[in-house]
Amino acid sequence: MKSMRKNTVVALFSVLLLGLLAAVSSAAALDAFKDLKGTLDIAGGTAHIPVMKQAAQDIMVAYPEIRITVAGGGSGVGVKQVGEGLVGIGNTGRPLKENEVAEFGLETFPFAIDGVAVAVNPANQVKELTSAQIADIYAGRITDWKELGGDTGAINVFGREDGSGTRETFTEKVIGKTELAPSINVVSSNGAMKTAIAQDKRAIGYVGIGHLEPSIAGVIIDGMVPSQENAANGSYKVVRNLFMNTKGKPTGLAAAFIDYIFSPEGARIIEASGYIPLPKQQ
Amino acid sequence: MRNFSAPLWLRALALCIGGVLSTVFVFISFSALEALWRSEGLHLFSAVWSPQNGHFGILTMIHASLVLSLSALCCGWLLSVGCCCVLRGLGPKWLAVLLGFALRFMTSIPTVVYGFTAVFLLVPLIREGLGGSGFCWLAACVMLSIQGVPTMTLVMDEAVRAVSAETSLTSAALGITPLQNLSRVVLPTARPWLLSAAVLGFGRALGDTLLPTMLAGNAVQFAASPLDSMRTLTAHIGLVLSSDIGGGENLSLLVAGGLLLLGSIMASLFARRVPGKKRI
Repeated sequence: MKSMRKNTVVALFSVLLLGLLAAVSSAAALDAFKDLKGTLDIAGGTAHIPVMKQAAQDIMVAYPEIRITVAGGGSGVGVKQVGEGLVGIGNTGRPLKENEVAEFGLETFPFAIDGVAVAVNPANQVKELTSAQIADIYAGRITDWKELGGDTGAINVFGREDGSGTRETFTEKVIGKTELAPSINVVSSNGAMKTAIAQDKRAIGYVGIGHLEPSIAGVIIDGMVPSQENAANGSYKVVRNLFMNTKGKPTGLAAAFIDYIFSPEGARIIEASGYIPLPKQQ
Repeated sequence: MRNFSAPLWLRALALCIGGVLSTVFVFISFSALEALWRSEGLHLFSAVWSPQNGHFGILTMIHASLVLSLSALCCGWLLSVGCCCVLRGLGPKWLAVLLGFALRFMTSIPTVVYGFTAVFLLVPLIREGLGGSGFCWLAACVMLSIQGVPTMTLVMDEAVRAVSAETSLTSAALGITPLQNLSRVVLPTARPWLLSAAVLGFGRALGDTLLPTMLAGNAVQFAASPLDSMRTLTAHIGLVLSSDIGGGENLSLLVAGGLLLLGSIMASLFARRVPGKKRI
């Protein structure tokens, strides 16, 4: 019994030691926060939230004196709140308008590219669609794959829930102001969308480009092939940039946070969330 | 009758727990009422859900919640009564033992496992066999019934076993066969407990979030056929909460929560008022 207890203690100790080492090794970019304390509030676009939350978590775990809160609300809310000084960083999924910059004096920092691909089951014969056809599918005007050149079968349309950033990009860049059919099945994440499309030969849906994998097939939209490379070099146009915005030049905690997002750790977080990191524009 | 005095700590604990539960109840009711009061222009009880245009109508979700839980209750309750009869000896003994074991095991399976299994097994079956996308009322109803059967059966079984123990000897003496005993004596006598099992099942089906979210398709429409996609109040709360937006949507959530609570309470009250045969 005594040796078993000793073994457990040794095992526990080594696990703690390894954990400590891991924590120390990832602290390089976090050093900028060493002497800072206080609260930083971030609000705005929902697509940014995974990145912001992970970065905030890393910082708060390393420096418990710092508090960072992350909220959603959409791009409009982000601009308004940062303009009125209610938050330190306002996130938007679109570039700032002229009057917004003039009225609030905002500085903008694009930090990631968010691309959306329309996907179908790999067994589907249809590989190319125009945005008008996709709009008709989502409005319920085209209901059968044979109208698009595929095998006969009803189209099962999948969409995302209302606050989804992926859905925003898809709506803005592909289908515009079309009224959506009420019979669209709603799933709540990119993962659930992938499962639905991979299992159903007659399904169509949309996912972030970072989520494309062999179980689903990206559709060529208006001649543009969806891939991370094409999103980065501009040949795939169903993308948007994600922006962080501050009132005036960022200082203190906000500046350190923005630098953290542009650091290699930040780039890793951005990629893990399925976006493409952008370098800081000087 | 109570002829002992519970220790003070026990009474204090009971009071605390009662307080906590009432707080939850009061919070939901007050939030829902306040949300209703503040939501004049939001058309909360219309059938149109379109946040971009300021329409937050949850009528389709109320309809979906009701029809889904009622249909799941019907299927599940009938299955439960059948299981109960098998457990009480209507079939061979080995079946009763196996079923009892299986039911007890099923109560420990988390809901998400039911949902996950159904997505990969039931949904393709419905899609290939009956058409549509597979994510529909039927899929959610089948899984909700299956999920409700173990709990309802075990609740019923306790009561049926007790009544059966009391009456079996008398019935045998009167020349009533075990089958007749079960159908004419035991089940009617155990009716209050059968009904309370039904209320339990209904409350569970009404409040279940994960299965409707994963299986019912979440389309904002009135489901006319079992193969139509529908969105329940619970799935709606889950989907909207996961998207971090304030304003009208939050108010619709609070009202949805209040309505769910109301539905469970009404089912409970209804079951109490239905008279059951008391002791023979």
